[in-house]
Amino acid sequence: MLTRRALLGTTAGAAFAAAAPDGATRALAETPKNMAVMVKQIDDMVSLDPGESYEFTDNEVDANCYEKLITPDPADGTKIVGHLAESWELAPDSLTFTFHLKTDKRFASGNPVTAEDAAYSLARVVKMNKAPAFIITQFGFTADNVDKLITAQDAHTLVMKLPERRATSYVLYCLSANVGCVVEKALVAAHEQNGDFGNGWLKTNSAGSGAYSLTSWVASDHILLDVNPHFRPAPAMRRIAIRHVADPSAQLLLLQKGDADIARDLTADQLKSLRNDPAFHLISSGQAMSLYIAMNQAVPELAKPEVRQAIKWAIGYDAIAQNITPDVWSVDQSFLPKGLPGALTEQPFHRDVAKAQALLRQAGLGDGFSVTMDYISHSPYAEIAQAVQADLAAIGIKVTLLPGEQKQVITKTRARTHQLAILVWGSDYFDPNSNAQGFCANPDDSDKSPLKILAWRSHFVDQKLTEEADAATMVLDTNKRIAIYQEMQRRFWEVAPFAMLLQKNEVATLRQGVGGLLIGPLPDFTIYRGITKS
Amino acid sequence: MRRVKAILATLGSVAVTVFGLALVTFLIGRVVPIDPTIAIVGDHAPPDVIARVRLELGLNQPLPVQFLIYLKHLFAGDLGHSVMTGHPVTEDIARYFPATVELATTAIIVAMLLGIPLGVLAASRPGTWFDQWVRIVTLAGQSVPVFVLGLILLLVFYGKLGWAPGTGQQNVLYDGMVPRITGMLVVDALLDHDGEALWDALSHLALPAIVLAYFSLSTITRMTRAFMLDALSGEYIITARAKGLSGARILWRHAFGNIAVPLITVLALAYAGLLEGAVMTEVIFSWPGIGQYLTVSLLNADMNAVLGATLVIGCVYIALNMLADVAYRLFDPRVR
Repeated sequence: MLTRRALLGTTAGAAFAAAAPDGATRALAETPKNMAVMVKQIDDMVSLDPGESYEFTDNEVDANCYEKLITPDPADGTKIVGHLAESWELAPDSLTFTFHLKTDKRFASGNPVTAEDAAYSLARVVKMNKAPAFIITQFGFTADNVDKLITAQDAHTLVMKLPERRATSYVLYCLSANVGCVVEKALVAAHEQNGDFGNGWLKTNSAGSGAYSLTSWVASDHILLDVNPHFRPAPAMRRIAIRHVADPSAQLLLLQKGDADIARDLTADQLKSLRNDPAFHLISSGQAMSLYIAMNQAVPELAKPEVRQAIKWAIGYDAIAQNITPDVWSVDQSFLPKGLPGALTEQPFHRDVAKAQALLRQAGLGDGFSVTMDYISHSPYAEIAQAVQADLAAIGIKVTLLPGEQKQVITKTRARTHQLAILVWGSDYFDPNSNAQGFCANPDDSDKSPLKILAWRSHFVDQKLTEEADAATMVLDTNKRIAIYQEMQRRFWEVAPFAMLLQKNEVATLRQGVGGLLIGPLPDFTIYRGITKS
Repeated sequence: MRRVKAILATLGSVAVTVFGLALVTFLIGRVVPIDPTIAIVGDHAPPDVIARVRLELGLNQPLPVQFLIYLKHLFAGDLGHSVMTGHPVTEDIARYFPATVELATTAIIVAMLLGIPLGVLAASRPGTWFDQWVRIVTLAGQSVPVFVLGLILLLVFYGKLGWAPGTGQQNVLYDGMVPRITGMLVVDALLDHDGEALWDALSHLALPAIVLAYFSLSTITRMTRAFMLDALSGEYIITARAKGLSGARILWRHAFGNIAVPLITVLALAYAGLLEGAVMTEVIFSWPGIGQYLTVSLLNADMNAVLGATLVIGCVYIALNMLADVAYRLFDPRVR
């Protein structure tokens, strides 16, 4: 672990260390030059074990402590590039992938990364069967077959044989998800207890070959990452300190005072005021996260196709984005957010009160009707809910707002007891199937369904979309596959009981002179190793 | 024998209260409309994973059975594991509670040292500008929301004047540098003879402690003033004045001496209030205390953590009440 003295040496912080204990001078004016301090809300962190983690901060930290076999190209997410893998090929049977690993990769412990580590990492995900395991097990891997199907041919060659044929891009994108992180087998196995595959230890420790390794994590307080001395090229920042600061005003204050280099959760108003301030600069990236309204098809009025369309035509998308969520959410009406392969950027809906009213009349509901809408009770969802309420009131739909905590709203929609609900969905992996399956596939609408995601939760059954979602995962030709998803998005606009409203933009505010932070479309692709300070 | 009976009666009432607390917190944890599995496996997990976790949590058992299992673990000192931290809840409480104790203790000491003299002096000069000033200041302390006051102090003393450091319990440079002994950073830095870390901890403690102290000071001052006004109108005070005793002696010895006992209850309740009610201050100042732990756990439906923290805070509340009760018995001969 780095010492305080090491960090302070030859840095601006030395002034701090040398200062007499005489009051104001003790407050840091600058953070040390080889250490980046980020302020962020990190109270969503649950586990840092890549086989278990699924929350945003979990995955972001893992992305900087671990490497995967492959990853989407940061410059163009539709391309896949090697991370630990130098190259890979698919056998003519379209089932067998062979990955050739780079030979110079080292874990933070100094041990080389081998194919054995990679095979162990993927197998432990399958065997532990924690929440994100489905990303791997959906290809047919089970605890019984995984050791035979994913094997190390030699120290740097990994062979993965699929139990059943699946689209190549689908497989590769799933391997680039957080569950694809490679852990150091020996280190993790040494901490195994009662057959937990080291899960208990790895929740709060790291064993990867990423640019950083976890030094400490105190929940809702801080995360310290120290540089992996074996990582090349060596990152400029020897330490990344992430401090939990829940209040955006406090985040801004720390940034302005120089006690933080990067703030991650500033509000739209704060960002607006900083946009032209030369002391700061903003970087942003569209996220694979959609905000939408779900219409439960168990509600007779909402089950009418004309009503679903009327609601989509009644909403003032641009007004919401411009007035409530400038910079942080932008209009996006597809179930595939911009940036994901195959996403359509068209916006077929806009506010047209007359058209929406006509549609309601066609549905035999010209006098309107009443409905409830659940929403997450904090900003910006509360403001968006009020705007939607006003928009729908204009066409005669009386909406009663039901605020609740996020997990409370999710619980209600999982029980299918909502009517309308404003919800957020983040893609699990960088492949269109993550959202296509979620929004479109509902092969069994009963309570015994094996797939209880978004379509099921709103009783949305569309045979064609369900079949297409499944079929698209089998198409080997990537272009044909993309074409299917684009066709599905168009049909979705016509028939789905989901009004897609907005896409999240992740915005980080950096002090002038601080740069190199890379924000990806998923938390798994947000990278710290390029951070520099001048 | 009477004393033994009294002790047994007190212990019995404590046991019943703790049992009631455990029952109520358990039931609240089970009736909130949040599926506890969401905190563990998230929103996207497949049904088979959710079903397995429900089984692991024992949620398939009838409610009374779940409560009995909970009690059994409780008696063994096992509050379960927190989903959010991955640690046993007892470990978490041992980590987060000392930070709150450090903050609340500092705040109550400051509030007591300022609030009691202010209340006494205001009562001795009723209607004067000083009395009016004290009433306005204390009224503001009870009217201004803690988070507003916290943000204003941060803006002025950290943002504008630069006299105080920013949020958090310590500067990031000191993270993990001071050996953790008591969990209270000021004490630990002192025990480690680390002057820099001590200064850093003290400077980080100042603003949140002032915010909390101001909040308690208002209550303490107003209660002290009210008690004193009542005491100063007593016949024994007139007698003391007739005897020619000095004003200070009458004020502090005779009048204050008589309000000291009810004041103990006020102080104990104020301290308990700080221990359980520092949530907003902890959030604004990113103070890693039990209030923030409880809030985050609640929002994330981490029910083991919520139940454990609530139980501990409840027990502390009960303990402080008992202490006030004992102090009453010690200082007030009429109750003995």
